[in-house]
Amino acid sequence: MRLSDAPKGAQAVVQSVTDAHPADPIAQRLRDLGFVAGEPVRLVARGPLGGDPLLIQIGSTRFALRKTEAARVEISVGGAA
Amino acid sequence: MSAVATRIALVGNPNCGKTALFNQLTGGRQKVANYAGVTVERKEGRFVAPSGRTLHVLDLPGAYSFDATSPDEAITRDVCHGRYPGEAAPDLIVCVADATNLRLHLRFVLEVRRLGRPVVLALNMMDAARRRGIVIDVARLSQRLGVPVVETVAVKRGGAKALIERIDASVPNVVPAPIDQAGVDELHAEVRAILADTVTLPRDTVAIDDAIDRWALHPVFGLAILAALMFFIFQAVFSWAQPVMDGIEAGIAALGTFVTGFLPEGSALHSLLNDGLFAGLGAVLVFLPQILILFLFILVLEESGYLPRAAFLLDRMMFRVGLTGRAFIPLLSSFACAIPGIMATRSIQDPRDRLTTILVAPLMTCSARLPVYTLLIAAFIPNRSVWGLFNLQGIVLFTLYFAGIFSALGVAFVMKRLRKDKSEHALIMELPSYRLPNVRDIALGLWERALIFLKRVGGIILALTVLLWFLSSFPGPPPGATQPAIDYSIAGRLGRMLEYVFSPIGFNWQICVALVPGLAAREVAVAALGTVYAMSGSDDALASQLGPVIAQQWTLATALSLLAWYVFAPQCMSTLAVIRRETNSWRNVAVAAGYLFGLAYLASLATYQIARALS
Repeated sequence: MRLSDAPKGAQAVVQSVTDAHPADPIAQRLRDLGFVAGEPVRLVARGPLGGDPLLIQIGSTRFALRKTEAARVEISVGGAA
Repeated sequence: MSAVATRIALVGNPNCGKTALFNQLTGGRQKVANYAGVTVERKEGRFVAPSGRTLHVLDLPGAYSFDATSPDEAITRDVCHGRYPGEAAPDLIVCVADATNLRLHLRFVLEVRRLGRPVVLALNMMDAARRRGIVIDVARLSQRLGVPVVETVAVKRGGAKALIERIDASVPNVVPAPIDQAGVDELHAEVRAILADTVTLPRDTVAIDDAIDRWALHPVFGLAILAALMFFIFQAVFSWAQPVMDGIEAGIAALGTFVTGFLPEGSALHSLLNDGLFAGLGAVLVFLPQILILFLFILVLEESGYLPRAAFLLDRMMFRVGLTGRAFIPLLSSFACAIPGIMATRSIQDPRDRLTTILVAPLMTCSARLPVYTLLIAAFIPNRSVWGLFNLQGIVLFTLYFAGIFSALGVAFVMKRLRKDKSEHALIMELPSYRLPNVRDIALGLWERALIFLKRVGGIILALTVLLWFLSSFPGPPPGATQPAIDYSIAGRLGRMLEYVFSPIGFNWQICVALVPGLAAREVAVAALGTVYAMSGSDDALASQLGPVIAQQWTLATALSLLAWYVFAPQCMSTLAVIRRETNSWRNVAVAAGYLFGLAYLASLATYQIARALS
């Protein structure tokens, strides 16, 4: 599942970040910020207008990501994975 | 390598409290400038260590990674690598990390360590970490990293003591062994291993952040809170700044009269000092109250952590028209004055987003347009109620404000369509923990803004005001002249020539002449109109005399056309001066002035021709 489709509040774990195009700087930045396999993430809130951007908690940090940015992050939902 | 570290660079993630630590180290002994050729702020300071040595500290822009995605980060990367032209490589890098957010910040520490330069890690916000029950084994952390680690509390007096001592004890020039070029996953793996070994973290988030964000980011309440906050700021800017601005104008005028008192009235020098130099000085200083009040609020919102929340709430709306959520505060500030608005775009790291914001900021209806609007509305729009509920004059004023907003959104959208670079530019924005703003950091921030404005923009405004004085005063009227003096000046002749250009949009020669000195600032046009119609007196008296005269002499179509002109026209050189300073490019000034004049002309032409056809 993509992070952009994650149910609100559910605990998930990052599987991978995919490049939207070769040498995608946004995907690289997401990896630099800690979106790497095995990290627990959570969708905390959605923006008020059209549910965009998304408020994502990773570790003790919160990031606002646009849906197109969060769509690069592949996750698995379901408790202790 | 010498045993004395004299050039220290502070690096760290954004929101690590690096600038507060810099303020703590250097106090007021700071120099703020730009890096050569770019508009990234360069902050340098110095302090005398207990040993008596003077140490120079460079506060590098916050960076998440050396894999730079903005000009700020590129500068941090290049200076740290010792390859930024004109910057000596630092003898010692102080890497600042937020002790409550080590999972994110340690990764950059590892990147910095790889440089192989002497590094000290400052674990900042240790007070907050303790409050949250985070336990860090500092000795063990230092051992694992192979660099000295000290604890700091940048917002507390004496909170950098340990760091100063560590630096002063002539940091052992042990060059940390660079680890081999591990990939991203390896760096994160190392961070995880170090954290597991040295840090006990009771829970990931702070309860108070969760509680505030539940309201502050709520789809309905969040927007309501933002609206209320903005309303309050606006009230404050207008009600607090106005008396001070009046005082400054009166004070400068009195000073001018006093200084020139011994000069013969009517001499060129008397006029130059009074109407050129002191008027120019007044034109510069009069902006200060609004700039300071606006930046007081902006800095408090920034330091408290609310600013990114506002950007979060509005990003969607702004993004659709080609802007970013971060553009909201600068654009909002531009309703008071485009100058602080454009200065506030420094919080937008992405150069493309920043330029778009700067170019549309002048379309926001700034307070200097109000005197022109009120004069024309009072003279031409009947004061009658519409549907028993609204006031027609109020509706016209409201329409003018919204014309500005909608055209700004429209221009941003067109720029988004026209530009060649259609690549995706990221939002990816950290929402830091809420914090109480620190008084000293706010005060230093305000001081910096005031200096930047006075030093970098003030000179241009002053020079242009003197130039306009020259145009409006020379040559003087011939003996026995019957017309007001301005008619005979270069400005008067320019105005008459402009009449050919402006007659299709309904401007008579009096308006054209007033437009020339009106370039100094929009509200000056009212005074200039008074001069052209040979009146004198204070601004308010002038407006009340001028109203009936123009109501008689102008058609409604002309008045509406002039209103439309003022929605768009770049009738303020100070704004163009600040665009030059903030983008470091005359080309951008030309683009802004060109498109604004074009829009103004087209809007006035349409307004005039339609209004004439209808009447």
